[in-house]
Amino acid sequence: MNFKKLVSKAALAAGAAVLSTSLYAADTIKVGVLHSLSGTMAISETTLKDTVLMMVEEQNKKGGVMGKKLEAVVVDPASNWPLFAEKTRELLTKEEVDVIFGCWTSVSRKSVLPVIEELNGLLFYPVQYEGEESSKNVFYTGAAPNQQAIPAVDYLMNDIGATRWVLAGTDYVYPRTTNKILEAYLKAKGVAASDIMISYTPFGHSDWQSIVADIKKFGSAGKKTAVVSTINGDANVPFYKELGNQGISAEDIPVVAFSVGEEELSGIDTKPLVGHLAAWNYFQSVESDENEAFIKQWKSFIGDDKRVTNDPMEATYIGFNMWVKAVEKAGTTDVDAVEQAMIGMTTPNLTGGVATMGKNHHLSKPVLIGEIQEDGQFLVVWETDGLVPGDAWSDFLPGSKDIIADWTAPIKCGNYNTVTKACSGQNY
Amino acid sequence: MKPRWTVLFTLVLVLCCAAASAQETGDPNELRALAQQLAGASLSKMPPILEQLGETGGERVVPLLRALLEGDLYKVKSTDEIVLGVEQGDGYAASDALDGTALGEYPSSDLKKLRVNNSVRVQLRGIIARLTLGSDKVAVRKEAVRNILERPDEEGVTLLRAALLQETDATVADLQRLAIALYDINHTDDPALRLESLQHLEGSVEPDARNTLLRLVEQDGDGNYLEPNPVIRARATALLQNIESKVEFYELLETIFFGLSLGSVLLLVATGLAITFGVMGVINMAHGELIMLGAYTTYVVQQLMPGNIALSILVAIPAAFVVSGLVGIVIERGVIRFLHGRPLETLLATFGISLVLQQAVRTIFSPLNRQVATPDWMFGSLEFNAVFSITYNRLYVLLFALLVFFLLQLILKKTPLGLQVRAVSQNRDMARSVGIRTEWVDAMTFGLGSGVAGLAGVALSQLTNVGPNLGQAYIIDSFMVVVFGGVGNLWGTLVGGFTLGITNKFLEPVTGAVLANILVLVFIILFIQKRPRGLFPQKGRAAE
Repeated sequence: MNFKKLVSKAALAAGAAVLSTSLYAADTIKVGVLHSLSGTMAISETTLKDTVLMMVEEQNKKGGVMGKKLEAVVVDPASNWPLFAEKTRELLTKEEVDVIFGCWTSVSRKSVLPVIEELNGLLFYPVQYEGEESSKNVFYTGAAPNQQAIPAVDYLMNDIGATRWVLAGTDYVYPRTTNKILEAYLKAKGVAASDIMISYTPFGHSDWQSIVADIKKFGSAGKKTAVVSTINGDANVPFYKELGNQGISAEDIPVVAFSVGEEELSGIDTKPLVGHLAAWNYFQSVESDENEAFIKQWKSFIGDDKRVTNDPMEATYIGFNMWVKAVEKAGTTDVDAVEQAMIGMTTPNLTGGVATMGKNHHLSKPVLIGEIQEDGQFLVVWETDGLVPGDAWSDFLPGSKDIIADWTAPIKCGNYNTVTKACSGQNY
Repeated sequence: MKPRWTVLFTLVLVLCCAAASAQETGDPNELRALAQQLAGASLSKMPPILEQLGETGGERVVPLLRALLEGDLYKVKSTDEIVLGVEQGDGYAASDALDGTALGEYPSSDLKKLRVNNSVRVQLRGIIARLTLGSDKVAVRKEAVRNILERPDEEGVTLLRAALLQETDATVADLQRLAIALYDINHTDDPALRLESLQHLEGSVEPDARNTLLRLVEQDGDGNYLEPNPVIRARATALLQNIESKVEFYELLETIFFGLSLGSVLLLVATGLAITFGVMGVINMAHGELIMLGAYTTYVVQQLMPGNIALSILVAIPAAFVVSGLVGIVIERGVIRFLHGRPLETLLATFGISLVLQQAVRTIFSPLNRQVATPDWMFGSLEFNAVFSITYNRLYVLLFALLVFFLLQLILKKTPLGLQVRAVSQNRDMARSVGIRTEWVDAMTFGLGSGVAGLAGVALSQLTNVGPNLGQAYIIDSFMVVVFGGVGNLWGTLVGGFTLGITNKFLEPVTGAVLANILVLVFIILFIQKRPRGLFPQKGRAAE
């Protein structure tokens, strides 16, 4: 009898060891991390994975959330868009995570969207994007177009005096939508169609000779010309190199970019880029106590003094802190309760202000314009007076002018037409 | 009494001159104090200080202004002293900003860079231009004149008029005349002077000259000319026609060069494949990753010899050939030889190898792109005139591609290895029966092709990103060129590469970059339908 007991006990112990993850889960809150660690996007996304891990570690040092430890579950969707959907399903059904931090490209987010809505999960999306979306299950902690693109154009128009515009972008959904918004905005400001040049290039384009020559020609018409670049990460390096080689300096034709940050600059020769601009909601060079502490924490966590911080990292930082606060306020990790607690939630950002989550699941953010310096950092040359609330649906596109997102009662809709008073549900 | 008066007079004269010269060059201490103000100045306070520096300091402050422009001016954190810094190891070698005396070394934590923005840079360039109009270097004078030409103001043009009288270099003088003429046309009302000024615009392809002429013949909304004087209008129209045809000609030249340059990149990436795929018949999907290894070799070589970028590129060329070649041989010996004659399996296996190599690089070097520096002689462009210039990096890559191609031809045609390679590729069994070690030749051929891929990597490291995905971007292009040119024929690869490059560049301005790529692909598909063996098919028995 004793022996049998012993055997069954041993078997139980072994079983417990095998099942330890699921048993352990009862005492922990699981945080899913859905960022590509291999493939094309690994270059940008691994940093965000590390940021979430750092935040989790930090939170656990403070005693976790509601007395429970946080446990990060990292999966690798490998820059493969359909795999993002599969991995989301895995995180929600198999791992049963309470929240997911993840995605970078819009196409990966669009791929996750149906799954996260079907299974009622919670996603924090930390990257600037094209807008025209608001899901009940997603919080957008990156910039909407009105928090990045529009203020940047205003700066070029009012402070630099640009009257001729080149909208250059990589050929996919974010640049296409952003440029559509910008074109409508510029035309509304009285810019003639002949003063706008739009050019799209394939992903990873490396032969910029003709396009830069075109820009040079377009810019030599005697009017101040500026380039608004939605060119995707990698392709920027040969683009700026070609600009430098063809003798176009930032003083002649400034280029303002929405996808070039400290991380992208850390791998390249910055000589030809000096003076060109970038618009973000955070720069590493911003001086504030929170930022200083964050940079120090990041460098010691990653164990490399040369690593930089960037805007999507700040968005992850804000998103994570807000989620922790919302869970504590709601007293549960239940998605519906946390979602309602999130709205109106405030938390300090890294630039010395306070970020507020809006009814449309977008954050309020300051907009900063920085000039690229030789050391790969930015010199802030302009910023908005206060915080700009994120606008999910652009006011400058005819199709979305009357549409708002409001996840509070009585509207509770991400796609609500203020004229027809109808909610179009999830038709983005 | 008379001598005393003379003495007094002389004394006064001397004092006068001394005062005058002091005003011209500025008291060194005063200048230093002025420069020192930069240390605490915010960006908005900088412009008046700089203006004053330029006025009182004369040519002596040019090094300081240039340093500020190029980000080499620092302030010592402890003393607020302004110094010139040149990066040296972990710190900076500092020197005095005004007289250039060496001040020893500072660790980088002791210095703070003085940052400037675009508007200050514009101002700095303007001041430097005015101060260097009389420089004894032609290139410096030319740059100064060009600066005034692009941003003309009365003060600058007055200085130009004075400088023109002393100018000895013909091209600089022409540029000066042009700048003055443009200013006169736009800012004076005297018809005779304006008409005369128009002469200097003849045949000039400077964008400013063209824009001025365009403004002279412009009409407003109601069809009235903005320029009231019909004589000037007529003259401007005539000049404009001449200029436009010139510009068109240069633009054509430029497009052709762009095409050749794109073609040279295609040629470089495809040459290696022309050997492994064309000659050996191996569908090597890892070809792109062998290119990537070449680029990473350049990076590693550069890390090993810091401070000597120009030489490191030259060292990287043989190093990349050896590294990629060896990896190629390992792939051939380890995998491909077991799959001989089974193209589908070879394709899958090499595709797998490409993924393994990519992830290996990601693990060893991090997924982030690596920085490969460009030597100074590859930066900038060879300028023929304002609308036609050739960028150096593209020019060197073009020459390099041709060099690699002809060396390879030489190896294949003139060496015993080349003879054996051709023999094995034409008839393996017959070659073996006459005593050629076909296995060894296979390995060497694959190594040669892979080595050439490595060379392409060195060139690409100067044009694009060095990252784990570098190879993927070029694998399709490589196959496209080889198939289009004709499998098994190196000349086909050469002609194919340049044809596709030039076609692409002529399409691009009309259709945009995305559509141009698609059209070229469609064109190749149609072409292959008509001529399945490419431009230069192999003839005779070798074709079977």
